[in-house]
Amino acid sequence: MPEKHEGLVKLIQSFSTEGMVEIPNSTPFGVIIKSEVLFTVCEQLHKNPAAYFDMLSCITGIDNGVEAGTMEVIYHLYSIPFNQSLALKVILPRDNPEIESVNSIWKSANWLEREVYDMFGIVFKNHPDLRRILMPADWKGFPLRKDYKHEEYYRGMKIEY
Amino acid sequence: MKGLLDQQFENGGVIITKVDDLLNWSRLSSLFPMTFGLACCAIEFMSTGSTVYDMDRFGMVPRASPRQSDVMIVSGTVTFKMADRIKQLYEQMSEPRYVISMGSCSNCGGPYWQHGYHVVKGVDRIIPVDVYVPGCPPRPEALIGGILKLHEKIRNESRMKPTAIEHLNKKEHA
Repeated sequence: MPEKHEGLVKLIQSFSTEGMVEIPNSTPFGVIIKSEVLFTVCEQLHKNPAAYFDMLSCITGIDNGVEAGTMEVIYHLYSIPFNQSLALKVILPRDNPEIESVNSIWKSANWLEREVYDMFGIVFKNHPDLRRILMPADWKGFPLRKDYKHEEYYRGMKIEY
Repeated sequence: MKGLLDQQFENGGVIITKVDDLLNWSRLSSLFPMTFGLACCAIEFMSTGSTVYDMDRFGMVPRASPRQSDVMIVSGTVTFKMADRIKQLYEQMSEPRYVISMGSCSNCGGPYWQHGYHVVKGVDRIIPVDVYVPGCPPRPEALIGGILKLHEKIRNESRMKPTAIEHLNKKEHA
């Protein structure tokens, strides 16, 4: 592990008492943290002058399927002054995926979280405007879930080829 | 030197033609397309309008309003979210109106035919289509080919309905 990352790991550990796991061989460097501490960790990574992650580049959702019973949300952070990237991963239960919104820290989270909600049905608590963003408002189901089956018709139009 | 028309029609300056032919000729030589694009096909549609391919030589000038347009070129992927808007735009166009379906996506769903839960499998499921242009995306030459096909179709249109002709025939024989 490069020294640069070692400092980062210590920094994140100092923010939260909960255990965290490094993701081996990940590019950018990534860690798995508990979903309960995500907001406080993000807040500190944003505020702390030693970290200064001033940009949230991307939020990704992953559905691990019914058998695994988990979903993942990955936050891609970037610190412009330190030229440092970091991925934060949280694992959520599949039957009630909920996580705190980071919209109050990075404004870019607003639409990114809406997209993850639209595709996976992951609920972001305290999001100011959690609506569908890509699919029509009256669409049924979350298309990128592994067990997704589309309806036969949408507003009288056949979906199947 | 005199122009072509002067040379050919200098005796009396009278041209005789059918109303059908005159109307069809005027319609097909000023087909205004709607300024409207959905995906990558729209890029090819735009280059069709550029200097190299010069869509204006067919009298085609993109109009910003459906009410001033004669032809809708559906250039790109038709999603279910867009379908209602396309239907509405089509209904806002004044008749006679024509539709060119450009590219695989709007022809039949294209690469989204199997797993594209969000794509209408062919724009002809929501509005009537006159000409289909194959390709992914079609080159400007192909789109121009489609436009010429539409010209051909308009050239053979008649103001008389087939039933009207039948009616006339019956009167004559009676």
